Order: sequence, then C-alpha cells, then structure tokens
Amino acid sequence: MSDLLAARSQMAVSLAFHIVFAMVGIAMPVLMVVAERRWQVTGQDVYLDLARRWAKGTAILFAVGAVSGTVLSFELGLLWPEFMRFAGPIIGMPFSLEGFAFFTEAIFLGVYLYGWDRISSRAHLWAGVAVAVSGAASGIFVVIANAWMNTPTGFELVAGRAVNVDPLAAMANPAALPQAVHMTLAAYAATGLGVAGIHAFLLLKDPSNAFHRRALVIALLVGGPAAVLQPISGDFTARHVARYQPTKLAAAEALFETQAPAPLVIGGWPDVRTRTTPGAIEIPYGLSLLAFHDPRAQVKGLDVVPRDEWPNVPIVHLAFQLMVALGTYMALVVLWAAWLGWRGQDLVSHRWLMRALTLATPMGFIATEAGWVVTEVGRQPWVIYGVLKTADAVTPMPGLIVPFLTFTLLYCFLAVIVGWLLYRQIVRSPQVTE
Amino acid sequence: MSLAELVAGIIVVALNAYAVLGGADFGGGVWALLASGARRERRRHLIAEAIGPVWEANHVWLILAIVLLFTCFPPAFARLGTLLHIPLSLVLIGIVLRGSAFTFWRYGGHGDETQRYWGVVFAIASLITPLLLGTTVGAIASGALGEPGGGQGAGFYRIYVAPWLTPFTLSVGVFALIAFAFLAAVYLTLEAQERELQEDFRSRALGAGVALFFAALAALLLSHRWAPRVREALIFAPWAVPLHLLTATTALTALAALWRRRWRVARVAAATQVSLILWGWALAQYPYVLPPDLAVEAAAAPAVTLRLVLAALALGALVLFPSLYYLLRIFKSRQPSEVP
Repeated sequence: MSDLLAARSQMAVSLAFHIVFAMVGIAMPVLMVVAERRWQVTGQDVYLDLARRWAKGTAILFAVGAVSGTVLSFELGLLWPEFMRFAGPIIGMPFSLEGFAFFTEAIFLGVYLYGWDRISSRAHLWAGVAVAVSGAASGIFVVIANAWMNTPTGFELVAGRAVNVDPLAAMANPAALPQAVHMTLAAYAATGLGVAGIHAFLLLKDPSNAFHRRALVIALLVGGPAAVLQPISGDFTARHVARYQPTKLAAAEALFETQAPAPLVIGGWPDVRTRTTPGAIEIPYGLSLLAFHDPRAQVKGLDVVPRDEWPNVPIVHLAFQLMVALGTYMALVVLWAAWLGWRGQDLVSHRWLMRALTLATPMGFIATEAGWVVTEVGRQPWVIYGVLKTADAVTPMPGLIVPFLTFTLLYCFLAVIVGWLLYRQIVRSPQVTE
Repeated sequence: MSLAELVAGIIVVALNAYAVLGGADFGGGVWALLASGARRERRRHLIAEAIGPVWEANHVWLILAIVLLFTCFPPAFARLGTLLHIPLSLVLIGIVLRGSAFTFWRYGGHGDETQRYWGVVFAIASLITPLLLGTTVGAIASGALGEPGGGQGAGFYRIYVAPWLTPFTLSVGVFALIAFAFLAAVYLTLEAQERELQEDFRSRALGAGVALFFAALAALLLSHRWAPRVREALIFAPWAVPLHLLTATTALTALAALWRRRWRVARVAAATQVSLILWGWALAQYPYVLPPDLAVEAAAAPAVTLRLVLAALALGALVLFPSLYYLLRIFKSRQPSEVP
C-alpha cells in the first residue's frame, strides 16, 4: 500500500466513522426535544421516558462524534499539510464558525443532559432547541468547506499560489447550497428512519406497546419529510454537478463519451479499458433529462479530461447507484406510511409496513456513506477540483500504513462498543400499555 | 499590535482556557486512576459528576485553537502536522479514548463490571494525553521544528522522532500532567460536598502544588541544553523577572489558601498560576509562532482572512460567553456553605 493510498484510506475511515455520529448529533436532539414537548403538552410520562432515553443515546453518540471530529481537524494537518497550507486562509472561515456552533452545541447538551432537575422545564426545552439548531449549523459549515473543494472560488491562482483571497466568496461557492441542503436532509432522514426502523422492529413483536408507538410516530414525523424531500434535493444536486463537476457526474453515470442525447446507465460494472458498462440497462434520453431537464441536452463524458484525471469509475458508479436506490426506497416507504396515516389507518397493524420500515433502519446511513464516496472519490485525482492534486497535498512522512491501521482498529473497536451499548439500551425498553 | 499578533494572542487565550478548564478534566481522570482506600468510589463519583456536564464544552477550546492556527498561520500548522505527526496522533488516540470511555462509563453501563472497566480506560487515557500534549508543547518551545531538510538522507528518526523526544520535552510533559492534576485537585475541594472528600483533595492539591515546583525546576534546568532560546528569554527578557515574581506569588497564594482551606481563593490563584506559566511560554517564544524561523507576521494568512476571522470571533464570542457563563453558573456555582 502506497503512502498516498494509506493517507486517503485513513481519511476515508475517519470521515466514514465520524459522519454517522455527526448525523445522529444533528437529528437526535430534534427527536428528544419533540418528545419532551409532547410530555409538557400531554402530561403523559411515556414521552418523558422517551426524551430521557433518547437523551442518553445522544450523550453516547455525541461524545464519540465530538472526539472523532477532533481527530479529523488534526488529520487535515497530519495527512494533508500542503492542502491546508494552500486552503487554510481561503476556507478556514467556515471552520471558525463551525467552532462556535460546536461550542454552543456542547454547552447546551451539557445543560440538557445534566440539567433536568436544575433548571425550569421551559429553559430545559430551550436548551434542547439550542442543541438542535447549533448541531445543524455546525454540519452546514463543515459541508460548505467541503463544497469549496468541489467548486473552488474566492481566490486567483498565480504560479501555484493563491492571491486575491476572498474567504466570503469561497464560502459562497456554487456547490455550498446544494450540498448543505442534501446533507442536512440526509441527517434527518437517516436518523429519523433509523429510529423509526428500530421501533417498527420492536412493534412487530410487541404491537401494543405505547412506548414504541409514540417513538415511531415522532421518528417518522422528523425523518419522513426529509426522506421525501431528499430525491428532489438529489435532482437539484445532480443537475448542479452536471454543470460544475462534469467528470464526477460522468463517473457516477458511467458515461465514457460525451453524448447528446445521453442515456441513463443503470447497474452494470464499468470497464474503463473498453469504456463500456457490461450488464447495465440503458434508458435512452434518461441522463439528458435528469441532468439538464432536456431530453436532447449534451452531457459531458469522461472523454473531456485526460485519462489520468479520471476518478475510479466503477466505485463512483456503484456508490451512486446504491445511494439513489436506497434513497428512493426510503422515500417510497415514507409515502406509503403517509398514505395509510392520511386515510386514518393504524400504521402498526400493517405488518408489511413495519417490515419495510425495519429494513430501512440502516439505509439512510449507508446511502450517506455512498454519497460521500461519490463526492470524494468522484473528485479524484484532485483534492481541490482543478487546482491541487491529492498526491501533491499528502504529507512527506513515510510509513503511513501504521497510523491508518491504528486508527482503523481503534474505530472498529469503538463501533462495536457503541453498537453493543445501544443494543443493551434498546432491549431494555419499557412496557407501556395504553 | 498587528492583526496577526492579535490572532496569535487569541490562540494563546484559547490554549489558556483549554489548560485551566479542559486540563482540569484530564487531571480529574488522573485522580480517578490514583484513587484508593476507603473513599475510593465516592471520590471517583465526585470526579465524574464534576467533569460530566462540562468536559465537551471545555474540549472545544482545543479545536478553536487548532482551527485558528490552520486558518491564520497555515505554514505553522502544516509543519506541526508533518514533524509532530507521531505525538499528535498519539494525543488524538488519547483524546478519543478519554472521551468515549468517559461516556461509556457514565452512560453506558448498568453498574456492572464492564462499566468499571471503562472508568479505568478513561483514567489511563487522562494520564497519557496530558503527558503527550505537554511533550508536543515542549517540542515547539525547544525550537527544534525547523524546515524539514535533507529529505531521504536525513533519516526517519532525525526528522520525525528526535525533535519531540528529548529530556526537555518529556519534562514539559510531566509538568503539564502535574499542573492539570493540581488544578483538578484544587477545583475538587470546591466541588466536594463532604468534609472528608474536601480534605482528601486538599492534601492532593498541596502535594501536586509542591511537585509542580520541582517539575518546573527540572524543565528549566533541562532547557539549558535542549531549549536555549526559550530559556534565554525566560531569564533575560525585561518581562521575565516581574512575570516570575507574579507566578511565584500566585503559587504561594494557592498553597497558602489550600492550607487555610480558603477554597475559592485557591481556585483563582491556581488557575492564574497555570495561566501565567502558559503566557510565559508564549512570550518567550515571541515573535515566532513556530520557532526557530516561522515568525508571526511571516507565517500569517492574508489580512482579509485575519480580519474576517476576527469578525467571526467577535460574533462568536457574543454567543459563546453568555452560554458558557450559563453552563458554569448552573453546574459550578455551588457554594461550599450549601453542603447539606
């Protein structure tokens, strides 16, 4: 394994690990605040129990998210010193703002978790709201920084150096809005449906338990709208990528040659040698329609850049298909549940809906990981699209396989522990009758 | 004062806050590890109660310092990441294990064996992380982190290990560990609700305070050979003697206050003492953000970046300080007289 690949792998593992906890940290506070508010309004103790249990889970997940986020901020320098030397002054701004958002989140989470008996119930609820808002804000700031790597703006490149730096223009880069919307929705959809799925599974065994029924409704109310909006946001994002990052879209869609009209390639395993995708289904006009909302539009293929500037096409294509498939499934299940709910039916008695929701439990997280693979692997060989190659950004230190393996082992270990702790908490759910 | 100096000063402020707030959380872990005897579990419980609501907020000071460093002094951040890759990676492992183990210990368990096991992991990580953090600070102060020259020929050990593995850097590590333990013990005398626990931490604070003096002496002696620049400044700069006198006064005040059981005075004096030591390091290193060659002005980002970051800091402070005050008021304002 080359040092570059080891550094990329360590970064990938660190991001893949952190993103799960970051998403839960964004969405879980919304769930617990809604439950607490329901308790204040209805006086039913089952809601208080829910809020407290969700808060307990949030405490564990937030702590792991906080420390794994610290690892990432250091890794920017440990693995990519040349990237930070170039990008720090341009894109440090959103990181600074994120610092404060994270501060607010940590402070009010402390207040929320430990303040049940120390402050008024109003103040307590508002502390939860502050956690939810600042959690979403810190996620958005970090995504803005990432969006800049995809569509860099706010500087001029003169002899390899950045001049006329404008950090505000860098923050307002074209990809910032679509990426921030897509990722924020992903956090609510994945966490909401993840929680809903767990309770749906438990309701299959114990359909009359009011604890799980209440939890399911709240989780669906938080995650459901996001899951339905996500395909629309995805369409917006894809059209944006078609314009600003044509190679990424070409790799995601396995489009080797520039075509007008371009077909949509579904499935298959792209073969970069023959520039074909055996086993794929092609839908004529499909990609032109999706990427430009015009069946005759020309879509740029991988042939617009030299061969050595292609990302890994099979991985990006596969990840993209996976993300789209899982996202579509989630939106459809939510629409099904909404349809049944709208007709006044009891969702829990529809065992197939409960099974479908159970199946969706991990899907949002897998889809998000796949989406990050598309955006990060799809940008290669660049770390800053069109400006700085990843190979030129890596640290000169040799032997990077050692930290890669160390952090991978550490994170695998933590993942097992967290999974086990959450499992123990879930199996101890209370029995509540209506 | 230039923009770059202002930002550099704010980074030191953030590190200062991290040392006196986050440092004490590490120190608490050290006392949890060393807890023995009849009141062992009660002491551990007190420590966990003291750390629980605040450690995550306290931890953000370190992130703030890092973010400001890479935004405003990117060459310094790039070189630190390169040359201190090994100790910083170890610090990160320590931070990850400390934070997660603490939460698993306090939130995960149901009072069984495994839960206690996480308490041990938390305590060990709390011991090792300050040692390594102090070591990296020692490496920066020693001025050994010059431009990595020589490439292949220079050898892995000379570039990536030797600068941070010296008697001086290790002595700074030990110093940091003792300073954090000292702070924690002093704060815990105030947190304790029971007389016996207060006395326990009083004797620990007194012991740590005396040990801190010897650790400082050792670091100063070792700096003669391993960190001559900083030593020079700490002895001959015009501010050196007044600063040392002030530090000595706060140190003696802290010990005297502990002796006379004036916990609040001791808390202020101990935090001031550690802060002054940190500022002594920063002043001794000035005008370098990373000695021997990266000066504050030369390493700084373009002025527009510095101005925007300062604006963001001002805006952030408006949110941060009231929130922080609220947090500390809720959890740290208990008067000792309120002991039931």
